[in-house]
Amino acid sequence: MRVVLLLVALLLSGPVSAQTVVGDAIPQSLTGEPGDAARGRAVVANRQVGLCLLCHTGPFPEERFQGNLAPSLSGAGARWSEGQLRLRVVDAGRLNPATIMPPYYRTEGLERVARAFAGKPILSAAQVEDVVAFLMTLKE
Amino acid sequence: MRSLPAIVSAGALAVFLVTWAMAQTADPRRSGYQEMGASLRAMQDDDSANPGMLWVGEGRALWARREGAAGKACADCHAGETAMAGVAARYPAFDAATNRPIDLGQRVNRCRVEQQKAEPLAPESRELVALSAFIARQSRGQPIAPPDDPRLRPFVESGEALWRQRQGQLNLSCAQCHDDNAGGRLAGATIPQGHPTGYPIYRLEWQAVGSLKRRLRNCLVGMRAEPYAYDSAEYAALELYLMSRARGMAMEAPGVRP
Repeated sequence: MRVVLLLVALLLSGPVSAQTVVGDAIPQSLTGEPGDAARGRAVVANRQVGLCLLCHTGPFPEERFQGNLAPSLSGAGARWSEGQLRLRVVDAGRLNPATIMPPYYRTEGLERVARAFAGKPILSAAQVEDVVAFLMTLKE
Repeated sequence: MRSLPAIVSAGALAVFLVTWAMAQTADPRRSGYQEMGASLRAMQDDDSANPGMLWVGEGRALWARREGAAGKACADCHAGETAMAGVAARYPAFDAATNRPIDLGQRVNRCRVEQQKAEPLAPESRELVALSAFIARQSRGQPIAPPDDPRLRPFVESGEALWRQRQGQLNLSCAQCHDDNAGGRLAGATIPQGHPTGYPIYRLEWQAVGSLKRRLRNCLVGMRAEPYAYDSAEYAALELYLMSRARGMAMEAPGVRP
């Protein structure tokens, strides 16, 4: 078994805490606490906060106009482990450099970020955990 | 006399070959017009329903108005409704005075300052957009024809590099949506290929006519990137690249878009 242990120990001086990537996953919660799935659902559905439904569809019967640029979120919790989902939300580009998925919890290596968002990740660590907790409930 | 099956199969082969040949030569480029529903297309097509024509009318009046210390109107040199036919289809063009590309609005301002001895109009001001709409309307139906000027080449290339550069908090490039995912749905909206066929456009979201720069700004804001300044070299380069990418497509100004 090949377990790549990548210590992202760039103790990022900014607002993003360090994460330990193991293989294609971040096994540990970014906050040390489990997320809240109900709050996570609200983040995912909110087009100004999570932005997820701009590209993904999912089990949100009340939400009109969901995007079709990315896989459906339905079944995400069955396809991936919690740690795999966490890395995909934090920075999907580490797995697929060509991805269109924004890095939700990264502030380094971005070009020309608008002043209002400079130095800030798209989601806070707690929001990432809430989203991961919600995605884990999507078993089918 | 040939048998019926032979004629049928020869016919089927001919149909197949013609279809195949058409598929090989068909232009894969699509104007945003083709992504719109019938009612928006009808709004663009009917001058009495196209709100952009209000700006064209305003531009026509401004064209005839004497301006500046010279007391000259645009129409004094460029008279009639066809004097500027084809001009919008070949801008931005290389400006020898500044050694960089100059877009249609900047060219209008050049005339204002040098010929009319008037103050330049602010970028994206109502008057400049109206004059641009009046000029661009005269190229409707003509093919986009960027100048084949070797001095423009480095700017086209830098425009393409900007098009492919990831930007903003969302870390997206123009190309990722408008090349790689055109035709897909971003929430409720079909992503267009991003050809500048209709500018200046009446955008329902704006309830107004605006330039390609204003439209580029909207995307940059959506990507959470810092927009460029209106008169920046970046916009000129992007415009130039987009015009070269749309070479030969028909001008539709003033376009209507959602």
